[in-house]
Amino acid sequence: MAKRSAPEVNAGSMADIAFLLLIFFLVTTTIEIDTGLNRKLPPIEESDPPIIKQKNIFTVLINKKNQLLVEDELMEIKDLRKAAVEFLDNGGGEGDDACSFCKGKRDSKSSDNPTKAIISLKNERETTYATYISVQNELVAAYNELRNRRASELYGTSFIEMEANYKDVNWVGNKTKLKEQIEQIKLDYPQKLSEVQ
Amino acid sequence: MSKFKTKKGGEMPAVNTASLPDIVFMLLFFFMVATVMKDDDLLIENKLPYADQVEKLDKKDRIMYIYAGKPSERYQAQYGTESRIQLDGKFADVSEVQAFVAQQRASKREELIPFLTTSLKVDSDANMGLVGDIKQELRKCNALKINYTTKKGDMSKNSN
Repeated sequence: MAKRSAPEVNAGSMADIAFLLLIFFLVTTTIEIDTGLNRKLPPIEESDPPIIKQKNIFTVLINKKNQLLVEDELMEIKDLRKAAVEFLDNGGGEGDDACSFCKGKRDSKSSDNPTKAIISLKNERETTYATYISVQNELVAAYNELRNRRASELYGTSFIEMEANYKDVNWVGNKTKLKEQIEQIKLDYPQKLSEVQ
Repeated sequence: MSKFKTKKGGEMPAVNTASLPDIVFMLLFFFMVATVMKDDDLLIENKLPYADQVEKLDKKDRIMYIYAGKPSERYQAQYGTESRIQLDGKFADVSEVQAFVAQQRASKREELIPFLTTSLKVDSDANMGLVGDIKQELRKCNALKINYTTKKGDMSKNSN
């Protein structure tokens, strides 16, 4: 009997398979971008620091056993965010210091106005970096929470979204106006977080 | 005489290799996309802490990296287990931070210098004393923009 030839393999769809794989890998691969908490260090100044009323300062101390001492009381990290929000949003000031948009308790013993309120974060040399970052994270979260609330009151969107839109090159809209709105919110709730040595 | 010739059985047909370039290009693109250029070899353990209120740190050309942590196992005999600073692929002392910043500034384009950010990649187990020293040195040479580089995740992962 004569030799039968094998039928030719149809390779026409090979390109399709290749592209399928290519797209699969494109979708699943993520290029790692570093993320982190941005901070600005205070410049070294010779002049004396301005005198700030004790009630406008919220002290957070992390000791060497990684325990948290907030306003001289022990606290768990998970409660810190709420305490910080309450302090910042207190709005206990009167006259020029009054805060028209605060929703806090207006306790006269706590901060006057978010623009005056300062969070002072102290740590000891033996404090672990991970704990320090957790605390920083919670404090930034407190600020973000208040800013988000203010943004949704004023402009019906969240602050995080506004900032994302501002950075997004594909965003369609008025960027100058958005910038002004962001600045306004930053003015209402400035991030005054001091890291003392 | 029929119009259609019946196929004759014959030699093995060659496998079509026309799509081989596609496959090669696909692999090429894949590796092009997935490869991250590694800047520094780490001499230290660098398990970054977690945080969820993070901002992205893009534009690699305006970032300088300072690493800190415990020396990794093969260097422990030589350098001990105390947390140390790593600058540019070698161990450094706190006093060398200022020189490092000056050198980084010189290597960057002049218009980028005001936007330079220092990314602090510090191990979770390092103590704040070392970080505080680095921050103090950075303040001395007026490199005030810093970024505590973290991984994105819930902070409860930090405690273990």
